[in-house]
Amino acid sequence: MTAMTMAKALNEGLRHALDADPKVLLLGEDIGKLGGVFRITDGLQKDFGEDRVIDAPLGESGIVGTAVGLAMRGYRPVCEIQFDGFVYPAFDQIVSQVAKLRARSSGSFTMGLVIRIPFGGGIGAIEHHSESPEAYFAHTSGLRVVSPSTPDDAYWMIQEAIRHDDPIIFCEPKCRYWEKGEVDVTASTHGLFDAVVRRLGEDVTIVTYGPSVHTALRAAQAAAGEGISLEVIDARSLAPLDFPVMMRSLEKTGRLIVVHEAGHNVSISSEIVAQLTESCFYSLRAPALRVTGFNTPYPPSRVEKEYLPSVDRILDAVDRVMGFES
Amino acid sequence: MLEEQLVQLLSPEGERVTHAQYPTTLNTDEIIALYRDMVIVRRLCNESTSLQRQGQLALWAPLQGQEAAQIGAGRALRTRDFSFPSYREHGVAWCRGISPAEILRLFRQVSHGGWDPQKYRHSVPTIVIGNQALNAVGYAMGVQRDGADEATMVFFGDGATSQGDVNEAFVWAAAFNAPVVFFVQNNQWAISEPTVRQSRIPLYRRAEGFGFPGIRVDGNDVLAVYEVASAALQLAREGGGPTLIEAYTYRMGAHTTSDDPTRYRFDADVEAWKHRDPIERVKAYLVRTQHITAAALTAINEEADVLAMELREAVLAMDGPDPLSIFDHVYADQHPLIDAGRQEMIDLGLGGVR
Ligand SMILES: Cc1ncc(C[n+]2csc(CCOP(=O)(O)OP(=O)(O)O)c2C)c(N)n1
Ligand SMILES: [Mg+2]
Repeated sequence: MTAMTMAKALNEGLRHALDADPKVLLLGEDIGKLGGVFRITDGLQKDFGEDRVIDAPLGESGIVGTAVGLAMRGYRPVCEIQFDGFVYPAFDQIVSQVAKLRARSSGSFTMGLVIRIPFGGGIGAIEHHSESPEAYFAHTSGLRVVSPSTPDDAYWMIQEAIRHDDPIIFCEPKCRYWEKGEVDVTASTHGLFDAVVRRLGEDVTIVTYGPSVHTALRAAQAAAGEGISLEVIDARSLAPLDFPVMMRSLEKTGRLIVVHEAGHNVSISSEIVAQLTESCFYSLRAPALRVTGFNTPYPPSRVEKEYLPSVDRILDAVDRVMGFES
Repeated sequence: MLEEQLVQLLSPEGERVTHAQYPTTLNTDEIIALYRDMVIVRRLCNESTSLQRQGQLALWAPLQGQEAAQIGAGRALRTRDFSFPSYREHGVAWCRGISPAEILRLFRQVSHGGWDPQKYRHSVPTIVIGNQALNAVGYAMGVQRDGADEATMVFFGDGATSQGDVNEAFVWAAAFNAPVVFFVQNNQWAISEPTVRQSRIPLYRRAEGFGFPGIRVDGNDVLAVYEVASAALQLAREGGGPTLIEAYTYRMGAHTTSDDPTRYRFDADVEAWKHRDPIERVKAYLVRTQHITAAALTAINEEADVLAMELREAVLAMDGPDPLSIFDHVYADQHPLIDAGRQEMIDLGLGGVR
């Protein structure tokens, strides 16, 4: 076990991927000398050269569109989008080509590429730097979407995502980049698409991912003080969702709360609640609730604290599901 | 070589240079006014940097080094023209009459905009690189259809010229002969990437391929920028169509207060550009020609200091918005998701706390 930040874990994971497979390339704005605005690629261009760690001209459609061509040629491109709010110029390439080329070529082309997106809020940033666009991608058939919440996951998931033959949208919770955690560099504990129970509990199942896992765990701590036991599940993979893990938990607790930063309207939580209501209908003891950002554009960061799911809001939802009587 | 391509009316040493196509139309008072603008916007920029360092702003994108480009273009605009900034055009905003405190609302993160774009005829900042170029062309097409005597000017950086949106904007402007002026400030850097990463030819020459004139002006020469921008705006107003102006300049400071330029550029380059400082050259000209007195120079500096103090006070007094205001302008009229969200925030006791 080695303690490192998520930023460092991603950097080490990328370094291993570059070492392991000469076909792995990194593309992104300012990822060379600067090491990316979050320093995730720090030192990689120095060590692997400008042909493999490519400072891209300023254009996201260009970054992803050329990555598609590189993948067609047998490379494994890893694109860095500088911030969540800047992925949209690449949206067309992602939806029309990245997601569909395997099917359109009847399996001839493999789109083994990764698109890394630092996502989510809570860092006091200006507009377009705090968004949660994961549902757009999860909705799109042909794409897989994952999000690590710990340095250990970041270290392993980025390597597994790069090795995988499907295109993967890799959502990095930027507000957790600088938090340290133990990384087991000898072996990965979970599969790339597995949900993981982060805390065992009896009364309520909290399903969450990315930046909100930490918030949910703090809520569980607080609830324990009041004698309520929350089970916290880190979904990790948002497309596909690992329902069996969630079902086992819900069959035990009978109460479900889903937490994420994106607004709940047509979101990841919409899908989780719909599916679990269908498969665990007879276990449910209360309506499923969601604690999410509001359905507005991401606000000026001076009021992001009120916008984002918080420990208090999760506890409030816990009270409501615990107090529900049918 | 470089100097040959540039339209220049004032050398870096402050000597007047003549240019066949662009004679100076400005009198001494007007030149002093431009100098005053530049001194003020630099002073306000420095104050903003220190406000950010003191935790009063979320971020600051300094304009230092680009004062001549922004003031020259900003003063060439007429009141009825419309302009589209990206995020660094504080000097243009100043010329449009927007107060320094309004400019800082975005950087203090109490607003995503900061001013009323219709009132000042200057759109809200666009942070997503290049988006506004197409929006400006569309606006100009509206002006064209209205038969109005107005021009539209859009600002973006060297990095932005790689974006699809900017290239599509060039195509559309050409196809419809839109009354728009593309004003690219080539400050040599897009965060850590030098302009050569974006283009193998000087940016102004891109225009030719799209079928409209491109011109490179010394972006550190406020007289030249003013004349070149004025001519391009007038061409647009008269139905002459689009122009691309490349203001060749330099980003003296960091990309933003979050940036660390020591990772990617040499101090020597920054030092070299200090000799081309846009403010010093006008001052040298005005002093040598005895068009300005020492007392007048001091008065301008003092005025800038006063404005900086006022800005500081205004920023410190700028409170965050009521969290409930996030629901205010999402839709034109009533919407159930907004109503539900607002009610939820009230029930949670999160609204109205400031
Ligand atoms: C679509 C998009 N991608 C990436 C960014 C992040 N970003 C902000 S500024 C910048 C560089 C812009 O360079 P340039 O166009 O030269 O303008 P300058 O900052 O030099 O004024 C980048 C990559 C962004 N804001 N929008
Ligand atoms: Mg630039």
